[in-house]
Amino acid sequence: MAIKSTSNKPMAIKKQHIVLIESAIWLLALLPLARLVWLGMHDDLSANPVEFVERSTGTWTLICLLITLSITPIRLLTGQVWQVQLRRMLGLWMFFYACLHITTYVWLDYSFLWGDIVKDIIKHPYVIVGFTAFLLTIPLAATSNSYMIKRLKTNWKKLHQLVYVIAILAILHFWWLVKKDVTEPFYYAAALAILLGIRLYYKYLHTKPANKMRAPNAEMQINKAM
Amino acid sequence: MIILNQSKLNPSNIQPSEITPRDIFDNRREFLKTAGFGLVAGSALLLSNKARAAANIAGGVTEGAGRQVGRANAPAAAQKVAFKAGTRQKISGYTKTAYGAGEKLSKYEDITTYNNYYEFGTGKGDPAIEATLFKPRPWTISIEGAVKKPKTISIEDLLKLAPLEERIYRMRCVEGWSMVIPWVGLPLASLIKWAEPTGNAKYVEFISANDSLTMPGVRSPVLDWPYTEGLRMDEATNPLTLLAVGLYGEYLPNQNGAPVRLVMPWKYGFKGGKAIVKIRFVEKMPLTTWVKAGPSEYGFYANVNPNVDHPRWTQSSEKPIGGGLFGGRIKTKMFNGYSEQVAQMYAGLDLTKNF
Repeated sequence: MAIKSTSNKPMAIKKQHIVLIESAIWLLALLPLARLVWLGMHDDLSANPVEFVERSTGTWTLICLLITLSITPIRLLTGQVWQVQLRRMLGLWMFFYACLHITTYVWLDYSFLWGDIVKDIIKHPYVIVGFTAFLLTIPLAATSNSYMIKRLKTNWKKLHQLVYVIAILAILHFWWLVKKDVTEPFYYAAALAILLGIRLYYKYLHTKPANKMRAPNAEMQINKAM
Repeated sequence: MIILNQSKLNPSNIQPSEITPRDIFDNRREFLKTAGFGLVAGSALLLSNKARAAANIAGGVTEGAGRQVGRANAPAAAQKVAFKAGTRQKISGYTKTAYGAGEKLSKYEDITTYNNYYEFGTGKGDPAIEATLFKPRPWTISIEGAVKKPKTISIEDLLKLAPLEERIYRMRCVEGWSMVIPWVGLPLASLIKWAEPTGNAKYVEFISANDSLTMPGVRSPVLDWPYTEGLRMDEATNPLTLLAVGLYGEYLPNQNGAPVRLVMPWKYGFKGGKAIVKIRFVEKMPLTTWVKAGPSEYGFYANVNPNVDHPRWTQSSEKPIGGGLFGGRIKTKMFNGYSEQVAQMYAGLDLTKNF
């Protein structure tokens, strides 16, 4: 896991600093859940608490997803690589909130009425894309351990590129759910577009032979780090 | 005495003799309340509704003394929210009806803080916060189109058109949730009779207020303002169709469509235009706001129908508001359970096409 310094001089982050940062992420990532529990205990989840919890867990899934997807752009833009070590954890927090989201839907919203759930999924585009996105996160979560990384080798990377599909489906899920005012999903869509745009831009630079960017260099570091 | 004795600012320096005993303090407050109430009551006899409403806002505390009936069990938070809106005023002289007898009412707090009223913002909590500047008095409704003579009616005269009655109706939102609301109002039919429509009147169009000064939502083009809704004449004159002016025995809070809104309990909630300023009788089916916004999603009729799904929401079941986190869903009924009163109007109409 050791990351060597490169010509771009990434910050030297010690192992114990990473542990500190990881602990901080743990606490921060639990806050949205703690907030829901707190509001629930104080009967303060609005007139429609199920919708509130669905919305909140959905929003935090999306936020965790976007944070996870910002790791690479940060590397491309700054040359820093230490944050790559946090990516797996961030991705798993996304999966955590996605699980809460779907549990809320299946349990609190539909009380495990599987017939109604299947009908809802099949009939409504926003539910189809959301559900598909969730299904796609399962193999990613299941293979996010060192053993599977070693076992799958290059296929692992290919598999985990599914995250781009998941992100686009998640945005569509939000966009199609909104009745008329798409302001909020628009912000998330714009954020995703920027994050993907940075990748595409560097990819484009990378393919131009005259341009020796730090991108390929950093890319190699990542593969080693993994 | 203007100059403060600094030592008095420290509570420990106050002599016991200087403290007003609790009962005398309370009595003084009671006196002030009573005096305030007298003032309000006095002006109520002499002045119009408008002055009464203003006095009511000014005399906030007097309200509690005046009304204990109805919702003594209302949660404290509801009082807080309503106090902010500052318009709570009891309606005197309405009759109870058998409509909705035995239904479990949604909480006042839920009815007044969970609203779809885009003129005040697209979030459901927005209207309760944003509607405080809205002025439901003075108010007139203009009557236009296929009528003997165009005219206007003030809200005061409207309230006298027919005896006010309380009707407990189920409200089913197109988004798949529902409430049970004790409305106070009068049949729309009584206003239509007063309006004297001609034979050309086949539909009625309802146009809502569109004031960008007091309705921040209309500054954004999220819908084509003003909000426009419509009914077929037979729907408009159906005895169920209510012009609501109040809920829970009080005049409508701004966020619920003050001073007057439509309620058709067998249709999805969005059909009920709020803060109505204009009623137009027309020959052709009016193009309504949500039909314009999404013709594939929202139809003119918008009858509650568990068999015709909306592209976004399941319509076969609904989530009753107030059930909490584990309340689950209930089956949605055809015409929201009002088939007996309305089904005959749609005999022979393909409800899958005319959704």
